[in-house]
Amino acid sequence: MRVMLIITIAAVLASLLFDRRRTWTGIRRGIRMFLGILPDLLVVLIAAAVLLALTTESVIVRLLGKGSGLAGIAAAAIIGSIALIPGFIAFPLAAVLHQSGVSLGVIAVFITTLMMVGIVTLPVERKYFGWKIALYRNGLSFAGALVVGLLMGMFL
Amino acid sequence: MKITATTIVKYAAAIVFVAGVFLSRHFGFAPGMAAGKSFRGFLLEMAAFLPLMFMLVGLFDVWLPRSVIERHVGSGAGMWGSVWVILLAMLQAGPLYGAFPVAQLLWKKGCSARNIFIYLGAFATVKVPMLTFEIGFLGLRFSLLRTLITLPVFIAIAVVMEAVLKSKGLVVLDPANDPTE
Repeated sequence: MRVMLIITIAAVLASLLFDRRRTWTGIRRGIRMFLGILPDLLVVLIAAAVLLALTTESVIVRLLGKGSGLAGIAAAAIIGSIALIPGFIAFPLAAVLHQSGVSLGVIAVFITTLMMVGIVTLPVERKYFGWKIALYRNGLSFAGALVVGLLMGMFL
Repeated sequence: MKITATTIVKYAAAIVFVAGVFLSRHFGFAPGMAAGKSFRGFLLEMAAFLPLMFMLVGLFDVWLPRSVIERHVGSGAGMWGSVWVILLAMLQAGPLYGAFPVAQLLWKKGCSARNIFIYLGAFATVKVPMLTFEIGFLGLRFSLLRTLITLPVFIAIAVVMEAVLKSKGLVVLDPANDPTE
């Protein structure tokens, strides 16, 4: 986070040094892009927050902990795909899941779908890529996450 | 930037939601309070990254010559192009939706479809700040194995995406001038 701030400030200063007009054009363009996606992002974050409020830690533990079999993998893949859980919540949660007996394969499916598949963020993704590509990418990522999880389960 | 009816509806929805959170607090409605708390977290995460990210994207947009991107990560760049986009993604942080504007910039400057999807895959799964966090909670063995397995998987996804798009090619839109609204 701080690194990002330093890089941005350095970039702005360097750019100002070379060409002030061009720098403002760039910054204005960036802000315009940000404002262009902001309303969709707000709606997505609200949906994600409501979903997260409904799926509390105990609910997730119950759904994934049922057994390391297919039901657990399916639940992990579905929850991971729909939810938008930032890493600083997801990894501690994964550690809790592991301690409560959920297999590492199931956890890998959960983590990987969480990272690669974003159903709540689809409204934002399609603004950039269109529905077709966004759905393809998410569908393939879902299948890919299952492959990752199954292989992880075999190795761990 | 045009203000359309749908934009207004989206902002209105956000205001209604925030009002709902305050009401939940007032009446002690637990799910509403929990949603409010998560929303605040998401909003802070977004506010910490996105404005800076977009400023950088804007600056790169005006300074970075198209030829540089085309040469290094374009269709003719070969394997090294993919290595470059993976390294770029690994050095970044933040949620996946922050990668979309960068993907848009890369596309605009001539990056190949395959490398754009490799970039997205790498951004989602092997960002270094995230890996350090993962190692802390799930261990080096888990994290290393997951990275090694995920790498060929997201490269395969990118190759399939490229093949799917072959006929028409990839178009990445800038939502700030979306023609559909």
